[in-house]
Amino acid sequence: MKFSERWLREWIDPKLSSEALVQQITMAGLEVDGTESVAKPFSGIVVAEVTGLEPHPDADKLRVCSVSDGKEVFQVVCGAPNVVAGMRVPFARIGAVLPGDFKIKKAKLRGIESHGMLCSEEELGLAEKSDGLMPLPKDAPLGVDVREYLSLDDTIIDVDLTPNRSDCLSLLGLAREVGALNKVTLDDPEVKAIPAINEDTFPVSIEAMEACPRYVGRVIRNADLSKPTPLWMIEKLRRSGIRSIDPVVDITNFVMLELGQPMHAFDLNELKDGIVVRMAKENEKLVLLDGQEISINEDTLVIADHEKPLALAGIMGGEHSGVSENTRDIFLESAFFAPLHIAGKARSYGLHTDSSHRFERGVDFAHQARAVERATQLLLDIVGGEPGPTTTVESKEHVPGREYVTLRHSRIDEVLGIHLDRTKVEELLARLGLVVEKVTKEGWTFKVPTHRFDISIEVDLIEEIARVYGYNKLPTTEPVGSMAIQPLPEKKTSLRRLKQHLVSLGYQEVITYSFVDPKLQALITPEQENIALANPIASDMSVMRTSLWAGLLKTAQYNQNRQQSRLKFFESGLTFVKEEGGIVQEPVLAGLIAGSKSPENWSQAKQSVDFFDAKGDVESLLGMIGDEFTWESTQHSALHPGQTAQICRNGQVVGTLGAVHPKIAKTLNLNGPLFIFELFLNRIADGKVPFFKGVSRFPEIRRDLAIIIDEATPYAEVAKSIIESAGEWRVRHHIFDVYHGESVGKGKKSLAIGVIWRHPERTLRDEEITEAFNNVIQELSNRLGASLRS
Amino acid sequence: MENLEGIVGQAKDAITQAANEQALEQLRVEYLGKKGLITQQLKELGKLDPSERPAAGARINEAKVQVQDLINSAKSSMAEKVEAEKLASESIDVTLPGRAQSQGTIHPVTRTMQRIEDFFARCGYSVEEGPEIEDDYHNFEALNIPSHHPARAMHDTFYFDPTTLLRTHTSPVQIRVMEEREPPFRMICPGRVYRCDSDMTHTPMFHQVEGLLVDKKVSFADLKSTIVEFLREFFEKDLEVRFRPSYFPFTEPSAEVDIEWGRDEEGNVKWLEVMGCGMVHPKVFQAAGVDPEIYTGFAFGLGVERLAMLRYGVNDLRMFFENDMRFLEQF
Repeated sequence: MKFSERWLREWIDPKLSSEALVQQITMAGLEVDGTESVAKPFSGIVVAEVTGLEPHPDADKLRVCSVSDGKEVFQVVCGAPNVVAGMRVPFARIGAVLPGDFKIKKAKLRGIESHGMLCSEEELGLAEKSDGLMPLPKDAPLGVDVREYLSLDDTIIDVDLTPNRSDCLSLLGLAREVGALNKVTLDDPEVKAIPAINEDTFPVSIEAMEACPRYVGRVIRNADLSKPTPLWMIEKLRRSGIRSIDPVVDITNFVMLELGQPMHAFDLNELKDGIVVRMAKENEKLVLLDGQEISINEDTLVIADHEKPLALAGIMGGEHSGVSENTRDIFLESAFFAPLHIAGKARSYGLHTDSSHRFERGVDFAHQARAVERATQLLLDIVGGEPGPTTTVESKEHVPGREYVTLRHSRIDEVLGIHLDRTKVEELLARLGLVVEKVTKEGWTFKVPTHRFDISIEVDLIEEIARVYGYNKLPTTEPVGSMAIQPLPEKKTSLRRLKQHLVSLGYQEVITYSFVDPKLQALITPEQENIALANPIASDMSVMRTSLWAGLLKTAQYNQNRQQSRLKFFESGLTFVKEEGGIVQEPVLAGLIAGSKSPENWSQAKQSVDFFDAKGDVESLLGMIGDEFTWESTQHSALHPGQTAQICRNGQVVGTLGAVHPKIAKTLNLNGPLFIFELFLNRIADGKVPFFKGVSRFPEIRRDLAIIIDEATPYAEVAKSIIESAGEWRVRHHIFDVYHGESVGKGKKSLAIGVIWRHPERTLRDEEITEAFNNVIQELSNRLGASLRS
Repeated sequence: MENLEGIVGQAKDAITQAANEQALEQLRVEYLGKKGLITQQLKELGKLDPSERPAAGARINEAKVQVQDLINSAKSSMAEKVEAEKLASESIDVTLPGRAQSQGTIHPVTRTMQRIEDFFARCGYSVEEGPEIEDDYHNFEALNIPSHHPARAMHDTFYFDPTTLLRTHTSPVQIRVMEEREPPFRMICPGRVYRCDSDMTHTPMFHQVEGLLVDKKVSFADLKSTIVEFLREFFEKDLEVRFRPSYFPFTEPSAEVDIEWGRDEEGNVKWLEVMGCGMVHPKVFQAAGVDPEIYTGFAFGLGVERLAMLRYGVNDLRMFFENDMRFLEQF
């Protein structure tokens, strides 16, 4: 809500500077978003009248004016198209300074002397653009400084009100709040009831009593809408961000700003037979004030006549039934609509109006008649007319009742940690208009004023006490509580440790969006059904990721496009997969490497990363878990068919690693090869707590073997055979060479493996080792057809 | 016998001039070997009068020791020299860079989150996580934000269907934990949250840490100290902190927290909003099955990116999710 500081000070004028006032209301919870001077600095500009007008002898578009400031007459050359004799305008005399530090000096325009300048709103910095001089009212006093006359030494204060404080969506509400903070009671300004001068009324019936418990109306005949809105009103509206439309609309808007009650004015002669407040019927349509036609939903409250809907209640009027320049007879509406029936409706039509904003949050339910009287008074003053009597249709049962809220004295101590004595509590709440209804041993019952929609339970009162007392004056204490210690299972490896390990291995952590491009996702996990957002921000951010790889590949692309060729990064986060029974949101740790093995270096030749670099990193990571993981060849849509592995533990797949499929790399314009992996964190989280085994004092014995075996036989099979055949004293084995070449034959490979034995309690005998070694060779030959390489 | 001194003198000269260890060995053989010049002298002893023999023998032995010492010391200085030459030949340029190991970094958002987690973990808070695809109930209803509440407009929500959405804050995690366990509670809920908004100062995904402390006799005063200590610890600075009344449907009283962030020309404190907090609303307790007559509690929430920007001087929010290596490397 934007408002003029001067306007507020007409209602209540605390002895505070502008800055102090802004600070005060901000600290009371009415956060000031910004302040702005109404006009830029200028000086020496006064109200003057154009008393005479002659054409310029040498310029068609210029006129030579006689301008009077009430004392003297000046000759001024003016080029504005709208200059006419008799008009009053802002006049910058010689020596005046316009915004932008522009000094007015005596000048000659096409040979004619000009002693000053007549100004437009644009030149005074009051409008972005204007077509001609700024006309001032005929009664504007000559010679008076324009800043003073237009009250331009004013500040616009923009308060960002939270949804609970609808009571401050008016000057009255703001003034009440400022009053409470400064311990000044604001007497609600008196609004005189304007007596009817005829018996004209217009019938109103309410069908939806719950949604509209009260409807106050009044007929005003023979208004003259050709009369202009007075300048003071236009200025106040403008400073609250409301554009002047016509005098009647301006008046209803003005009353809304003053009292917080949205109003509507109908052209009486456009209404058929009477007003009906009802829910919309099937297939009803309405052309709104802003010109757009809408189909009204049946859950929407409308103001209708006996033929058709006229307005969306509490949201916006219709074009047809509103006042226009030809209107003479007006029907004024001031209703109370229940917040729950208005809430969300405007949004459902893509609308948000000053009216809906207020009704959704709550309008003082005691003010409808008062607003009508205030509007009538302004109408009579400005456009004249003959008022009929004010009519009220209401359902007492549905009009909100006054709230009574009980407050226990002890609860204030409990919630705020401060003890305030009874009189202090009463005083703080009284400043907000909360009246003590009943006093008990425990505390009080307070009567809540009708403008406060946000006070209905005890803690609401406690908040008000804290707010008026001052949050920053409340005490500060250290929390005291149970010392329950959080469990920290040793077998779990925290994500943080895993991440730190990857960092030590040279990986950067990245964070990518959880929603990705469905086209990219279709390349990576074509078998997964997409979980699509109903309202994505962009089509390439419209489906939830089923794998972290989409984000990692995009990150690789982004960085390769920026001359970063060596890439090593990881991400952790949820993936979202639709399964029978619902959406599975599973935490995943994923990584990508590409480019050279190590940063460019004087000591090592440049070498590109390969599958085993990525695998080594993952093995190192899994090494932290403390359990056995197995690797198997597998297939994955996103990966190279011959370079893909799945990682398993106890028969469960815990992750996948492989080379990015060259087709995907090509589609994304990536320089390959790239290797990616992902690990399902929940499946690897639990490891093993170590348990001591004795360390043998006896020597190790090693035997190396070189075998020739089918190319297709995985090393894992060889290792399995060795483990199962080398006997119980085998401690480990290493593969130290893999060779393909003509000498071993086509479709074959040679593996060189060292096997190591050791006995815990004695030295192994040579013949024992030989026997075990022969067993291994035999088993490899039997199971896998391996032969010893000669 | 007469020329023994002459022999020693001659040996001395020869040792000094010996070029290498081999030459020294030759000299040793030449003088001290079985047929060496000095050894020969011993053989001459028999020709002497027996009374002269002991003195002469002693003199010869002395000469032998003397030559041997000379050879030994020449040998060791020669070895030292060889060693020194070898070491000299092995020197390297220690200013060349080490064999390259690259060091990665933790993302600044994670780094910030870890610092926040560490602070609260030290105070006994547990770290809780929950789903990011949430239901309307846990994200809104249970937090006292019914369907037509104007506060919903403050959360530009991503929906999948009318009741399934991307969480707009991590508060639903608190509801889920309260539903499952018994008070007291001390927890923080870090994680990704989503709002349908994207411009210079908003990204459609960002991170929050929300905290909750529920116990008997928890007051706003406890909340204030927790927040002040946290912020001072986070920024490692004795900052001014102020609490400004505000509104959140799930807390009451509610506050926004501003920190001192520089001064203007006139020396007035410039305030910067950094987080929100308040006392848990009784309706939230009721929804989560906690008796608000027995328990009170406070909750707070903060935007991780915002704190990271302030802490590390990052001036563009969007950089956090562009993942430019040149940006990430800096943390």
